[in-house]
Amino acid sequence: MLELHSINRSFGERRVLRDVSFTVTGGRMTGFVGGNGAGKTTTMRVILGVLAADSGTVTLDGAPLTAEQRTRFGYMPEERGLYPKMKVAEQIVYLGRLHGMSPAQAKSNTESLLERLGLGERMDDTVESLSLGNQQRAQIAAALVHDPEVLVLDEPFSGLDPIAVEVVLNVLKDFAATGAPVIFSSHQLDIVERLCDDLVVIADGEIRASGSREGIRAQHTLPRFEIQLGGDAGWLRDEPGVTVLDFDGGYSLFDVDSDATAQRVLQRAIATTTVERFSPQLPSLSQIFKEVIQ
Amino acid sequence: MSTYTTPALLPATWLVAEREIRMRLRSKAFLVSTGILMLIVLGSVIAGGIFGANQSLPKVAAVGSAVTKVEATDAFDVTEAASVDEAEELVRDGSVDAAVVPSEGAVGLTVIGLDETPSGVVSLLSVAPQIEILEPSDQNPGIVYLVAIAFGIIFFSSALTFGQLIAQSVVEEKQTRIVEILMATVPVRVLLAGKVVGNSLLAFTQILLIAILAGVGLLATGQDILLAEVGPSIVWFLVFFIIGFVMLAAMFAAAGALVSRQEDMAGAITPITFLIMIPYFLVIFFYDNPFVLAIMSYVPFSAPIGMPLRVFLGIAEWWEPLLSLVILIASTLAIIAVGSRIYENGLLRMGAPVKFKDALKA
Repeated sequence: MLELHSINRSFGERRVLRDVSFTVTGGRMTGFVGGNGAGKTTTMRVILGVLAADSGTVTLDGAPLTAEQRTRFGYMPEERGLYPKMKVAEQIVYLGRLHGMSPAQAKSNTESLLERLGLGERMDDTVESLSLGNQQRAQIAAALVHDPEVLVLDEPFSGLDPIAVEVVLNVLKDFAATGAPVIFSSHQLDIVERLCDDLVVIADGEIRASGSREGIRAQHTLPRFEIQLGGDAGWLRDEPGVTVLDFDGGYSLFDVDSDATAQRVLQRAIATTTVERFSPQLPSLSQIFKEVIQ
Repeated sequence: MSTYTTPALLPATWLVAEREIRMRLRSKAFLVSTGILMLIVLGSVIAGGIFGANQSLPKVAAVGSAVTKVEATDAFDVTEAASVDEAEELVRDGSVDAAVVPSEGAVGLTVIGLDETPSGVVSLLSVAPQIEILEPSDQNPGIVYLVAIAFGIIFFSSALTFGQLIAQSVVEEKQTRIVEILMATVPVRVLLAGKVVGNSLLAFTQILLIAILAGVGLLATGQDILLAEVGPSIVWFLVFFIIGFVMLAAMFAAAGALVSRQEDMAGAITPITFLIMIPYFLVIFFYDNPFVLAIMSYVPFSAPIGMPLRVFLGIAEWWEPLLSLVILIASTLAIIAVGSRIYENGLLRMGAPVKFKDALKA
C-alpha cells in the first residue's frame, strides 16, 4: 500500500501541491484525474523521487520510501522518451539491468512483454523507426520490464488507437492482479471509469476526492430516478416527496426525498400501469469530475 | 515477482558507461574519424622516418690512397673507384654525392662535386677549430616544437571531440526525455559518472592507440633515439591527460544539462571550448618561453600540456609535476562537485537554456 501524507511542493512562488494525501492500494488500479496543471505530474514525480517534496512523506506499507525501494518502481513519465537510436529490445533490457536484473532475466522479461504488447516483430528495430503508437507500447514495456513493486503511469493511454488501448489495458490489468499498487493518470475519463477500482481527483494542487470508484459515485449520486411507464406518468407531480425534473408522456425524471418514497412510487406505478423501466440515475465520471473540481 | 537486488553504484555506473561505449562504437562517424586520426599519426611518423633516413651518411667515391683517409673519418659511405675517371662517372650519374681523389695539395685530397661545392663532404674532411658552448641545450629546437605541438594537438583534439560527445549525449537524454526514466531508476550521480567514465575510456583508448602506433612507428623506422627522449614526458602526459580529461568531461556534462535541445548546445559549451583552445595556442606561440610554460604547467586547464613539455625540456624540478598534479586533482574534485550539482539541477528543466547561476542554486 502506497500512501502520500500531506505533500507540499512549490516552484518558486507558485504552490503546486497543497497537503496532498491519498492511498494507492495494492492489487487495485487507482485512476488519478485532474485538469491540466492540476498537479498530477508533479505528484507522480514526487512519488518516484525525481522531484523532492518541500514537506510531507510518501510511505510504502507504512514505512518511509527509501531510494532502493524506489528503484523497484515502474514509471512511465508524461514526456515519453527512449533512446531513438537503440533497438527496442536492447533498450528495454538495458533499463531492466539498470534496475538490477541479471542479463538473462532482463532478456526473458523483455521478450515476453514485447510479445504481449504486440511488438514481437519489431524487437530489433530502432525506436526511431517505430510509429508513435508503437513507441508508446515500448514505453510501457520499459515501465514494466522489472516486474515493479509499484507502477506509476502518467497518461499511459494518450496517443493510442482503440485497439492498442485494449492491449495495454489488458497488460495493466494482469499486472494489477499480481497485487502491486498501480496508479495512472488520464484525461480520458471513459477509460478511467472502465479501468480503475479507486479514484483520486486533484484540482489546483488539492485532492478533491479519493476513494473507491463506487464510493465516490455513491457520494455524488443524487436520489434521482428515471421511469418509463406504459401509461401516463402525470400523477407523479402530485406524489409527496417527489420533484419532477423532466416529463414527457410515460417518461419522467424525478428526485425523491428518501428511498421509501422511491419504493412507494414504484409500487404505485406497478399498480396503475405497466412499468417498462425504472432505474436510479448514476452520474458519469465526467459529471462527478466537473462537480468535484468546482 | 522477479527477485533481483538494486544494483550497487559501481555496477550501475559501469552499465551506463558500457552503453555509452557501445552506442559510440556503433556510430559510423566516430569510427571513420578515429580511423582518419590514426592514419594521420601513422603518416607523420612515416614521413619523419623518410626525412630521417635522408640524413644517412653522405656517399662518396674514393680512389687509391684517398680510400683509407676517407674511411678513417668514419663519416662517409665509401665506394671504391678504380680510377679518377670512374669516380667522376659515379658523381655524374648521381650514385655518390662527391668523389675524393688523391692530389698534390696540402691536404693531399681533391673533392670533386657535380654542379656545386659539396660543402658537407668538405667540412667533414676539413680540420675544424675546437668548439665550446657555454650553455648547451639538451634538445634540438625542432624536436621541442614538434613535441609541444603533438601534446597540444592530442589534448586539444580529444578533449574537444569527446567533450562535445559527452555534452551531446546529455542533451540527447534530455531532448528525448528518457532522462526522467533514468532518474527514477538510478541516482543522478551514477548517470554522470557513467557518462564520464564511458567517454573517458574511449578517449584513453584512442590516445593509447595513438601512442602505441607512434611508438611502434618510431621503432620500425629506426627513430628509437627520439622515443627514448620523449618517453618519460609521455608518461607524465598520460597521467595529466587522464585527470585533466575527467575534469573537462564533468564540465561538458554539466554544460549539456543546461540546455534541452542540440541547437542550444553550442552556446553552452563555448566557454569550455575556450579553456581548451587557449592552452593550445599558448603552447604553439610560447613553446620556447620558460616563464609562460612554468605558469601553464600549474594552471589546471593547461597543465596537461605544459607540465609534460617542461619535463621533456628538463626544466622542471622533480617535485614540480607532483605539485601540479595535486593542484589538478584538487581542482578536478571541486569541478566534479559543482558540475554534478549543475547536472542534477539542470536535467529536469526543459525549454529555454537554464542560467548557470540558477542551476547552481536550486
